[in-house]
Amino acid sequence: MSVLSLRDVRVTYRTKGGDVPAVRGVTFDIAKGEVFGLAGESGCGKSTIAGSILRLHSPGTRIEGEILLDGQSVLDLSPGKLRAVRWTGASIVFQGALHALNPVRRIGDQIVEAITVHNLAGEKEARVRAGNLLEQVGLPPRRIEDYPHELSGGQKQRVMIAMALSCNPSLVIADEPTTALDVMVQAQVLRLLKALQRDLGLAMLFITHDLSVLVEVSDKLAVMYAGKIIEEGPAERVFHSSVHPYTKALAAAFPEIGNTRFRGRPEGLGGDPPDPQAIPEGCPFHPRCSEAFDDCSKIVPELWDAGEHGRRAACLLASGAPVTSKGASL
Amino acid sequence: MGSQRYLIGKIGQALLTMFFILTFNFFLFRVMPGDPVTLLTKTSNVELNAEQQQQLREHLGLLEPLPQQYVTYIGNTVTGDLGVSTFVDPGEKVSTIFFRDFPKTLVLVGTSTIASVALGLVLGIRGGWRRGKALDISSMTGSLILYSMPEFVLGILFLLLFTKYLHLFPSGGYRSVGVEYTGLAYVIDVLNHMFLPWITLTLAYIGEYYLVMRSSLLDVLGEEYITLARAKGIREKFVLRRHAVRNALLPTVTLVALSFGFVLGGAITVELVFSYPGVGKLSFDALDQKDFPVLQGTFLIFSVAVLIANLIADLLYGYLDPRVRSMR
Amino acid sequence: MRTDAPPASDLERPSASANPRKIAGARRRQTVARSWKQYRGNKLGMAGLLILLFFSGMAIYSLLADQSGLSKIRVTAESIAPCTFRDLPCAPSLNNPLGTDADGRSVLTLVIHGSRTSLFVGLAASVITMLLGSIVGIVAGFVGRFSDTILMRTADFLLVIPWLALAIVLASIFRQNIFVLIAIIGFTSWPGAARLIRAQTLSVKEHLYVERSRALGASSWHVISRHILPNVMPVILANAILTVAIAILSESGLSFLGLGDPLRVTWGTTIEEAFSRGATSIGAWWWLLAPSFCIVLVVLSFTMIGYALDEIINPRIRER
Repeated sequence: MSVLSLRDVRVTYRTKGGDVPAVRGVTFDIAKGEVFGLAGESGCGKSTIAGSILRLHSPGTRIEGEILLDGQSVLDLSPGKLRAVRWTGASIVFQGALHALNPVRRIGDQIVEAITVHNLAGEKEARVRAGNLLEQVGLPPRRIEDYPHELSGGQKQRVMIAMALSCNPSLVIADEPTTALDVMVQAQVLRLLKALQRDLGLAMLFITHDLSVLVEVSDKLAVMYAGKIIEEGPAERVFHSSVHPYTKALAAAFPEIGNTRFRGRPEGLGGDPPDPQAIPEGCPFHPRCSEAFDDCSKIVPELWDAGEHGRRAACLLASGAPVTSKGASL
Repeated sequence: MGSQRYLIGKIGQALLTMFFILTFNFFLFRVMPGDPVTLLTKTSNVELNAEQQQQLREHLGLLEPLPQQYVTYIGNTVTGDLGVSTFVDPGEKVSTIFFRDFPKTLVLVGTSTIASVALGLVLGIRGGWRRGKALDISSMTGSLILYSMPEFVLGILFLLLFTKYLHLFPSGGYRSVGVEYTGLAYVIDVLNHMFLPWITLTLAYIGEYYLVMRSSLLDVLGEEYITLARAKGIREKFVLRRHAVRNALLPTVTLVALSFGFVLGGAITVELVFSYPGVGKLSFDALDQKDFPVLQGTFLIFSVAVLIANLIADLLYGYLDPRVRSMR
Repeated sequence: MRTDAPPASDLERPSASANPRKIAGARRRQTVARSWKQYRGNKLGMAGLLILLFFSGMAIYSLLADQSGLSKIRVTAESIAPCTFRDLPCAPSLNNPLGTDADGRSVLTLVIHGSRTSLFVGLAASVITMLLGSIVGIVAGFVGRFSDTILMRTADFLLVIPWLALAIVLASIFRQNIFVLIAIIGFTSWPGAARLIRAQTLSVKEHLYVERSRALGASSWHVISRHILPNVMPVILANAILTVAIAILSESGLSFLGLGDPLRVTWGTTIEEAFSRGATSIGAWWWLLAPSFCIVLVVLSFTMIGYALDEIINPRIRER
């Protein structure tokens, strides 16, 4: 049984300017001990998915589809049961630990809070556990007395990780955990995450826009664009032999140091992601796509087979896509 | 320890500012075109010939060189000698007048500020937490209207309504004239007289505190640590209490302290409306009769009051926010 | 979990062929049009604007109707309504919709002519405050270090002084006329504005394009006028509106204490006269409430407009 299972999940925000469909039908599974990477530019919906798993969005947000955590449907839980599942079923490591920690409370208290709220231990025991958790992430236990502003960015992120592990969750959601950090610190934190995941056998949902990071940590990888998954498969394959032009562009934007493929300058991608309220006809990516042709603006692609081991891509160029008349490219 | 340093630092700053206030006060009254004595004779009915004016000048120490006057002034003020009133209470020492009048204002302003801040903050938290609900919208409307009303207008409204038409409260003063109450009856009499000015001052500023607290809370609710607190499975009311409010109080405390100067200004006009014999009315009388020693004294007292209020706010802020306490 | 859109400036793509000044002008017009559209959707803001237009109309009417220049309303034979009875003010009637004062002058006329001066004082004082506050704030924020410390220490010091006490002292020293009043209000309010503007300048300064501009060798003046000013201007404008509200409140307070210009009629002086002539004990509520009502409405309108502008400038507030 998968730890996390999403079936055709759609998330729509309610705003003053109308409904915004941030996620338009996403399906994937994460098995025990597996690291699943979710990539895409800002606004593609990946962070929305992270918030939906624990139902953290504002009350007006509409979530449809199925989200199963440890076999339980999250969307059907009563508020009390939902609170019980939060942090114990799945926990989140937030991006930008700058403001993810309450600045006026000691970090030890904030970790202890997570433990005592779920009645996993008494106050004293919880403090000991908090110290142990800090040790696990490479910080001296006495720092539980510190306030967030007394820590560096990397240290704060470690505290976030320690806090995420405090209730032994089945799934850890890492939402851009390294984006706000310096490159050197990034590498350290990534190493830590990999080690912890391996040692504790955690399932992890790793969300970031940096594909090169995902290749390092993930087993499987999915790329999102305009609220949908447009390519998925084993991480290495998706990165090194991308099918969808968007994936290729994304991979080219974040070079792997040492990989000869990136000897040239990193290339960016022109244009901007589409406004969720004004998604182009046919393939949402076709206006920016260098390999687009006539049918791309007419047919809405689905995830078709594009290779072995569950490789799929939502592109007419995929091997499993319906045969089309490839007219002259645009 | 960081906290001690912070404490000492803030008190030191306050003392320094106090010194500047004294200096400012001294030079303020020397800025006038013509010296105090000429102004005295010009603006009042006192007739003094040239010789008498010169005698008065000497008596007031105005013939000494300026630096000498300055030193004398500082020395006098620090030891409590604020001069002698010329018109409001001729011959009476200014400090004595203050001892008589200041406690009345202190009770009025002190208690109404506490009530006003407490109510404003509590309602502001409710309003921000339940944004858009009936309570929030009605509170916001009420606050906006109260905020746009000058304090004395509110006072006049109450005066008209409760005194003139409903005959519920006396029209002013501190206690009933012609009757000597003692003990409990005295207290009740005073409270009866104090009620209208008190409610005026309380309501006049509640709107401001409400709006600030509400806006501050809404700011905080958008922060990531609030989402994190929810993600950890904490109940909503504890998210509010343990995470949101403590952070939202920070800018509120600062703003409340900043507005204390306005509260004192309001006290002056409200005391005038209700003829409440406090320091506010005193300064008005001094202004009216151009009693400069008293004016100088009231200016000093008001500035010191704001200074102390700010100091209290600073210390409170230091207690609430560990970031300012750290040794940088 | 937040998707922060990049600031508009990051999306600029300079095109070598078009005239940069024309582009800047067109973009500015676009921003204004967009802001206006946003503003129109704000109910509070529109209500405030309407009220303000009403009172502006009143003030303009007063300007045109009173040819004597200064708004001196003397008690003349023509201005006495036929209901004065033993020095008592008359209640509202068909002849005098808002009643009269103790001298028989129509309160409606007093209110209409008072609008001109009250609004003028508010606006003029606000201009002084914003000018001073902007210069101090921008210089402190931009130049930083020593000038910043000096300017801000001065501002903090002035903030400790209770403004009414200071105003009383100043008013007792100088002559009592309207320009002294404007000066007093203007000069006691600048510290608050300076702090806000300094904060905004600092945050604008941190944006990379300022650094880049400097690296390209731009002079300080160029950086200030092209980068800092346009981005600080919205905050200045929103704050200016709120400052007008405070200035009008201040003027009414000072006038109520008798520090207003004895030769002019404002809403504050009208209330002062009413109060000191016993309107509360007589029960001449119209004399007191008509100018009061005007003050509250005008201040309310400026506050609502200021809040609406604040929402446009600061998108985070919009979600409230």
